Amino acid sequence: MSALVRRRRLAAAAATWRSFAAHRAGLAGLVLLGAIAALALLAPLLTDAGGLDVTKATGAPYRPPSSEHWLGTDNSGRSVLLLTWWGTRVSLVVGLAAAVLSVLIGTVVGVTAAHFRRTEGPLMGATDFFLALPSLVLAIALSTVLPRGLSTIVLAIAVTSWPSTARVVRAQTLAVEARPFVERARALGGGHAHVVGRHVLPAVLPLVLVNTTLAVASAIISESTLSFLGLGDPTRVSWGSMLHAASSYGAVSQRAWWFILPPGLGVVAVVLAFTLCGRAMESVLIPRLGGRR
Amino acid sequence: MSTRYLLGKLAGAATSLVLVVVLGFLLFRVIPGDPVVAMTRGRPVTRDQLAALRAELGVDRPVHEQFTAWVADALRGDLGTSYTFRRPVLELIGERLWPTVLLAGTATLLAVALGLWLGARGAWRHDSAFDRISTGAALAQWAMPTFWLGLLLSMVTGDLFPSGGMRYPDTPPDFPSQALDVAHHMVLPVLTMVSVVYAQYLLVMRSSLLEEKHADYITTARAKGLRDDLVRRRHAVPNALLPTVTLVFLHLGLVVSGAITVETVFSWPGLGLLTYEALTGPDLQLLQGVFVLLAGAVVLMNVLADLLHRVLDPRVRAS
Repeated sequence: MSALVRRRRLAAAAATWRSFAAHRAGLAGLVLLGAIAALALLAPLLTDAGGLDVTKATGAPYRPPSSEHWLGTDNSGRSVLLLTWWGTRVSLVVGLAAAVLSVLIGTVVGVTAAHFRRTEGPLMGATDFFLALPSLVLAIALSTVLPRGLSTIVLAIAVTSWPSTARVVRAQTLAVEARPFVERARALGGGHAHVVGRHVLPAVLPLVLVNTTLAVASAIISESTLSFLGLGDPTRVSWGSMLHAASSYGAVSQRAWWFILPPGLGVVAVVLAFTLCGRAMESVLIPRLGGRR
Repeated sequence: MSTRYLLGKLAGAATSLVLVVVLGFLLFRVIPGDPVVAMTRGRPVTRDQLAALRAELGVDRPVHEQFTAWVADALRGDLGTSYTFRRPVLELIGERLWPTVLLAGTATLLAVALGLWLGARGAWRHDSAFDRISTGAALAQWAMPTFWLGLLLSMVTGDLFPSGGMRYPDTPPDFPSQALDVAHHMVLPVLTMVSVVYAQYLLVMRSSLLEEKHADYITTARAKGLRDDLVRRRHAVPNALLPTVTLVFLHLGLVVSGAITVETVFSWPGLGLLTYEALTGPDLQLLQGVFVLLAGAVVLMNVLADLLHRVLDPRVRAS
C-alpha cells in the first residue's frame, strides 16, 4: 500500500470516527461496552473462580446484600456478584460467536445468490423459508436434540438468525454489481474472485459490520432465553442460567430481588449498548438510511 | 390482484408447508442420532422399555420408511402420540390453543394500539422531549428479556395479582365470575408481553411516519390550510400505517413463540407452556408436533401478510 493510499484511508477512518462520536447515544453505548468487556476480561484476575462451585459456597442460601456479599447470595449460598460477573463472560462469548457465525452464513449466502445468478432461486427460496420459521421454536428444537453445551447454543442461534443478513447483503450486492466500475472490472478480465473480493465485499462490509453489532444484541437475548428454559450449558454460569435457577428455586416467592435483578440488568446493559452502537454506526456508515436517529 | 400472482403465492406456501413437514422429520428423527436415547436421557430404563419405545416411534424401521409414514400421518392430521402425556399430540395442541390465542391476542391488540399511538405522536413532534423519552424507553424495553420482566413484575406486585395458572379452582362456575377470574390471572402475563412487544411497533411507526412527513402530498395538504392534526390523522398516518399492518401479520405468527417464556413464567396453560413441558421431557413427538404446527401457521401468516400488503398498497401492486 503506498503512503498516499494509507494517508487517505487514515483520513477517511478519522472522518468516520468523528461522525460516530457526534452521536451521543452511540458513544455512550461504546463506552458502556468497553467497561463491560474490561470487567469480563479482568474477572479471573480480580476474583476467585472457586466461589462459583456450589460445594465451596461460603454463605447461607438467599441472604440479602451485606458487607460480606455485596449482592447477597443465591439459592445455594454463592455470591450473586461473583455469579453475575462471571456470567458476563459466557453471555458475551456466546453472543459474539453466534452473531459472527450467523452474519458469516448470511453474507456467504447473500453474496453467492447475488453474484452467481443461477444459485439465486434456490438460495433465496431457502432464505425466505427460514426467515418465516419461528426462530425461537427452531432454536429450542435444535438445542433439545443436540448435546447440551456452549457450542450447541451458538449453533442453534446462528442457524436460526442468518436469513435477515442474507437478504440485506444480497440487495446490497445486487446494487454494487449494477454499478459501472464492476462492469469495467469485468470487461478488463476480472474473474469472480476479483470482482467479489475487490469490489463486492468492500462495498458490503459496512452493512455487514452494522448487522453484526445488531445481531450480537439479539443473540444475547436468545442465549438468555434458551438458558432460562434450561437448554444452556449446565456446567457454566450465564445470566440466563442464573434466571433459570432463580425461577426454579423460588427466588420470586422468597422476594430475593438481589438474585433476579443483576443478571437481567446485565442483559439489558449489553443489549442496549450493542443496539445504540449499531444504530449510530448505521447512520454513519450507511448514510442513505440516515436520519433514523 | 392477478390470478397468476395469487397462484404463485399459493404454490410457494404449499412448498413451504411440505418443507416444514420434512424439516420436522429431520430435526427430531435424524439429527438426534437415536431419538429414543435422547428422550430417555438421565432416566433408568430397561432394554425392553427402550425396544417398546423404538417400536412406538417406529425408529426401528429404515429411515425412508419412517419418513413416508411420518409424512402420510402428518398430512392426515395425525401428529403422533405424546410420550409424557400418553395422548394424541393434536388433541393436546387443540386444548392449549385457546388460552394462547386469548393471551397473545389481547397482548398484541394492546401493544399495537399503544405502539402506533406513541410512535405517531413521537414522529410528529420529532426530537421533542416526548419523542426522545418514548424512543429511549422503547429501546430499553426492547433490550429486556421478556421472562425477566415477568419475574420482576410478579415479585413487585406480590399478592395483588395471581402469578400462575389461568383460574382459581374454587371460583363459581357461572360466566361472569369465571371471566373475571381469567381476566385477573391475565393481568401480569399480558402486561409483560405488551411492555416488550409495543416497542417494535413504536419504532416502525415512528420511522415510517418520519418518512411520510416530508412527502409532497403533506406539503400540499398543509398548503390547502388544513389543521395540523387533520394533516396527521387524515393524510400522513394512513400511509404510514401500511408497513405496520404487514408487521402485525408477520408478528401474529411469531407471537406464540414469544409466549413461550411468558407462559412458562406464569404457568399459563397455553401452547407456550406446552412447548416448555415438551422440551423438559424431552418429549420429541410432542415437540415435533408443536414445531410443525407453529411453523406452518407462521408460513401461512406470511402469505396473508404479503397478499394483504398488495391489496392495501397500490404502489406494491404497480411494481
